[in-house]
Amino acid sequence: MAALTDIIQGKPVDDHRPWPRVIVTADTWRGVASAIAAGRATLLGLWGDKSASFAVHMAVSGETANDIAVASLECPDGTFPSVGAPHPPAIRFERAIQSLYGLLPVGAPDARPWLDLGFWDMQYPLGIRQPPPDVRAAYAFLPTEGESLHQIPVGPVHAGIIEPGHFRFTASGETVVRLEQRLGYVHKGIESLMAGANIERAAKLAARTSGDSTVAYGIAFAHAVEAASGVEAPPRARYLRALMAELERLANHFGDIGAICNDASFSLMHAHCGALRELVLRAAQSCFGHRLMMDQVVPGGVAGNLRTDSLTSITDLLAHIRRRFPSLIELYDDTASLQDRTVGTGIVHDSLVQQFGAGGYVGRASGRVCDARKTPGYPPYDRLEFSVPMLTEGDVNARVWIRIREVEQSLALIDQLIERLPAGPIATKLNGARGEGLGFAESFRGDVLVWVRIDGDRVSRCHLRDPSWFQWPLLEAAIEGNIVADFPLCNKSFNCSYSGHDL
Amino acid sequence: MRRTLFESFTHGPLTEAPPSRDDAALAELMASLERSARRRLGRSLSIREVDAGSCNGCELEIHAINNVFYDLERFGLRFVASPRHADVLLVTGPVTKNMREALERTYRATPDPKWVVALGDCAADGGIFAGSYAVAGGVSAAVPVDLHIRGCPPPPTEILKGLIALLEAQK
Repeated sequence: MAALTDIIQGKPVDDHRPWPRVIVTADTWRGVASAIAAGRATLLGLWGDKSASFAVHMAVSGETANDIAVASLECPDGTFPSVGAPHPPAIRFERAIQSLYGLLPVGAPDARPWLDLGFWDMQYPLGIRQPPPDVRAAYAFLPTEGESLHQIPVGPVHAGIIEPGHFRFTASGETVVRLEQRLGYVHKGIESLMAGANIERAAKLAARTSGDSTVAYGIAFAHAVEAASGVEAPPRARYLRALMAELERLANHFGDIGAICNDASFSLMHAHCGALRELVLRAAQSCFGHRLMMDQVVPGGVAGNLRTDSLTSITDLLAHIRRRFPSLIELYDDTASLQDRTVGTGIVHDSLVQQFGAGGYVGRASGRVCDARKTPGYPPYDRLEFSVPMLTEGDVNARVWIRIREVEQSLALIDQLIERLPAGPIATKLNGARGEGLGFAESFRGDVLVWVRIDGDRVSRCHLRDPSWFQWPLLEAAIEGNIVADFPLCNKSFNCSYSGHDL
Repeated sequence: MRRTLFESFTHGPLTEAPPSRDDAALAELMASLERSARRRLGRSLSIREVDAGSCNGCELEIHAINNVFYDLERFGLRFVASPRHADVLLVTGPVTKNMREALERTYRATPDPKWVVALGDCAADGGIFAGSYAVAGGVSAAVPVDLHIRGCPPPPTEILKGLIALLEAQK
């Protein structure tokens, strides 16, 4: 990969931190798109903006840890050159930009709307609002041709206690020939609610973008706001954030390892893992006053201090997990009927995770080395010892194993965090500055990106990019050639966020 | 697997026993839940959960009431896969405009008599998402609601308490 400064040349924007934002020409924009398509850079996010005029922003990373930049193209005529044409992972972003802002990606391979399902009172809610069409057009699913194919529509209301979305399966007998997702059912218009909100309210919105990753969203949003206003959270706050983030990771991994096994009808693992998850949530409640630790991370620091006596609830928890978890790993690994379901099922090829820049266990189970805690990295993880597990098989089993290994790493991290927890203040006051910031955090699911523009104590624009944007499309690839009955298993092994994606 | 199963014999269940007498509130809760559920529905209260736009936080705590500590099913309450098998719709989230029709259709597919429980602060009035172009409002913006359980998200014991209140109200 080349250095980004060679690829992205243009006019740098003042007050964008900690990485540069550069206003580029349409030609440079195309150049960045082809650099990403050629694998010389990785797409991190693509979103629209309306301030004085319309613009589109594209966050990319280069080869080295800190080589990140945002390329911005102003689009006074309401169009921009499609990134999705040379680089398919950008297609859904562009469809969303078109549905929300009315900006047209010229040359885009797919012109169908995304997130806009035809139920709003308007078109282009974040752009120049237009009345909706008189008749809601039927959505054109991609065609499938062949003998004896049948379609199975699933959702938006699913059979389990899960979020809504629509899956259109085309099957030949039991084998899935094509899966097409249609998402957007839980679109709440978070970005429009963010615009003009004060920072306190905006942080609450960020924390409710995807409830299972509320801590990670809190951290990513705080990173972005702190960068924009040029302040730093004190060391103790950094450690407490990391402690919450690792507890959140443990809770989600336990819940999902059990749920994956449950989708293979192995409820014993589900019961045991569910018990571990509950104990993590109870420890979180006693340390931070909320089972999911919602609203505990705030821009500038954390909301409340950790009670010293509650630390024993964490050390007790760690001891209990270390006693119980190894036998559950053994149970998972030794049960042939369960292995028969997970091994070799739902394979994602490494070329796809590289192309999509997929993070989290989806990327790491298919050979992509990535973890926002390491790259670009943020405190206190630069001072902690941990490794990022990686496998190459890319199947359901590999995604389970990545989570098992991450549980072990999180336990070791919590040991270090407790041992080294610094004293001192838990928050820095924000200075009401004006600026733009980009922040990352590693949720249990992968890297969360937050970009924010603040003006005093208000957010004027905020974009939140869930790791699921780069994982959902890979689920369509993973299920191809598998049987319909293995879809719940594949889906749970991804556990993509609907709410985080739909915004 | 054998070892894990054998351990269950020696360790006993994790399920928290119906609480001790001094824990009056919870004891009352569990006793009344069991009594009223049986009397009214003969152990057959079936719940269909519908996420109408939630952030997924409420779903996590609904899952929790199914875990071995709370073990919802011992009270005769259970989650079912289809609205056609349900007595109760447990609805979370602000109702997004994109989900309103799906929620209404789910409601119509649920046989009478039926009750709707709106779970979480967003389900009450749209919560923090109220006022968005994409949000219709609380659950009552789409279907009639019999009970609200507040919280963001409500912890498992609050969810249990709310389900009892519903049963009591139907006496």
